[in-house]
Amino acid sequence: MLANSGYAEIEELSRVIPSKERLAKGAVAIAECLQSIPCNPCNSACKRGAFLAFKDINDLPTVDVERCNGCGLCVSACPGLAIFVVDESFNETEALIKLPYEFLPLPIEGKDVPALDRKGEIVGTARVVKVQNTKTMDRTPVIWIAVPKAMSMIVRNIRP
Amino acid sequence: MEKTEILIIGGGPAGLEAAIHAAGLGAEVTLIERDPFLGGQLTKQTHMFFGSYEQFAGVRGVDIAEKLKKEIEENPKIKVLLNAAVAGIYPDGVVTVSQKNKFLKFKPNRIIVATGAYEKMLPFPNNDLPGICGAGGVQTLMNLYGVLPGQEIVMVGAGNIGLIVSYQLLQAGAKIKAILEASPNIGGYLVHAAKIRRMGVPILTSHSVKEAYGKDFVEGVVVHQLDEKWAPVPGTEERMSCDVLCLAVGLSPLSEILWQAGCEMKWIPELGGHVAVRDEDLLTTVSGLYIAGDVAGVEEASAAMVEGKLAGMAAAESLGYSVEGLLEKKDSARSELAELRAGHSGDKIRGGIDRVERLTRGKVTC
Ligand SMILES: Cc1cc2nc3c(=O)[nH]c(=O)nc-3n(C[C@H](O)[C@H](O)[C@H](O)COP(=O)(O)OP(=O)(O)OC[C@H]3O[C@@H](n4cnc5c(N)ncnc54)[C@H](O)[C@@H]3O)c2cc1C
Ligand code: SF4
Ligand code: SF4
Repeated sequence: MLANSGYAEIEELSRVIPSKERLAKGAVAIAECLQSIPCNPCNSACKRGAFLAFKDINDLPTVDVERCNGCGLCVSACPGLAIFVVDESFNETEALIKLPYEFLPLPIEGKDVPALDRKGEIVGTARVVKVQNTKTMDRTPVIWIAVPKAMSMIVRNIRP
Repeated sequence: MEKTEILIIGGGPAGLEAAIHAAGLGAEVTLIERDPFLGGQLTKQTHMFFGSYEQFAGVRGVDIAEKLKKEIEENPKIKVLLNAAVAGIYPDGVVTVSQKNKFLKFKPNRIIVATGAYEKMLPFPNNDLPGICGAGGVQTLMNLYGVLPGQEIVMVGAGNIGLIVSYQLLQAGAKIKAILEASPNIGGYLVHAAKIRRMGVPILTSHSVKEAYGKDFVEGVVVHQLDEKWAPVPGTEERMSCDVLCLAVGLSPLSEILWQAGCEMKWIPELGGHVAVRDEDLLTTVSGLYIAGDVAGVEEASAAMVEGKLAGMAAAESLGYSVEGLLEKKDSARSELAELRAGHSGDKIRGGIDRVERLTRGKVTC
């Protein structure tokens, strides 16, 4: 369980995982932020208003999956590094995951790297598609990786 | 004897905001900081902060410190003394300061104490071995001075500080063997816990340190499991080697100056220890003496900044300074605080504050 081990079981994430149909349509943000804390930069970062308005700063974030186009702006803005973008329409066999990554050295585009799950255990291989590290990202680079479709809800980290 | 209208002790986020807002009303401010730089704890916080836009959420602590420092430097009403430690506050209202080889005396009209907090220690056999240190100390070594104190680290405490310092140790290239947490649940934000866990660091809840071992320095710890009543479970002892044992077991308000000044103090464990009784303007029971930030109750930089703002405005107001909409500004600071403390994570803080806040305006006479 997230509260005593630090990793969320897939059942705990059901509130934030979009429907199969929505996932199949293309990129969408998943905010794996399951505890009420005083925080809201995700909401201010999204230019499309896809994070539902916070009544109170302690509200849980909710993504309006119809408005979200998976641009990934919120990924580097989240101080909890809790937002991922998943695109199951990436190609026939692979899903694309955009994840925040604050370690050096940064991975190299085109290379294969170990893919890690929420426990940090190696569960397969990911191909680094893109490394985004712009000034607006303010030192929280976003890494785009391609993984087999079946791993789209399992892989959440890499080790370069 | 030096004169100043408002003397602020401590240049962390609380003291910086207090200075900016007191000077904003027109008061002459002197800010005293014992370190060679301003910013307090913020100077070593390389991670992005929580909170909302007003409290710079999403911005890294170090960058918040830079923004505030710039505002202070540009304000002619604020005088800053660095490398200057306040030694005492005397009954006649005199504040003594030692700055390098100089000994200064101030006679301010108002005082705001924003001295922050200090790290708690944990009792266990051999806890005096070199290599056993506070997490805040490790963070200072690493992020301010570029020194990585070890390669294989065991962290004690899964509160926000234990989690964040573990993350920063990973970023610096160290290995975290485990994070031990005595309570059955992780105390810090679960988003922080998740980002460390997905780096492969085990977070062992219901576990603690039995003892440390090592000849000349720490070579490892004996870890044991705890039951629901926090009693050790016999037979669960396990040796874990490490070259640094990092303790992140809480902070306590740095309140010696308040004791010495004669403030009425109360023991409020939810706020980290002894804190001064205060009113809604953060005025203590000693006339003209205000508090703000972790010294008023260990919370977060976001709350410390808002408290600093409030105490700064209130102290300047009590000297007769004002601006348009001052009442609303103070009220909005109070509601910002209420909002920060509103959630589940604020339950403890709210309970603590309720027991130490006296909602009657204290009389200002100095
Ligand atoms: C590892 C870690 C991570 C954190 N992460 C976050 C976060 O993500 N978000 C958040 O909101 N908060 C965070 N915090 C908490 C935050 O840093 C503190 O709550 C905040 O700095 C308190 O501000 P302050 O001004 O009261 O005290 P401090 O920042 O401690 O400043 C006090 C200042 O007073 C000076 N001083 C003390 N005594 C004297 C004296 N006698 N004379 C002169 N000067 C004196 C000190 O040198 C210091 O500069 C974190 C803290 C730590 C340790
Ligand atoms: S991915 Fe883009 S559109 Fe979707 S929530 Fe994040 S910022 Fe908004
Ligand atoms: S910014 Fe991140 S940590 Fe903060 S509320 Fe949004 S998703 Fe949660």
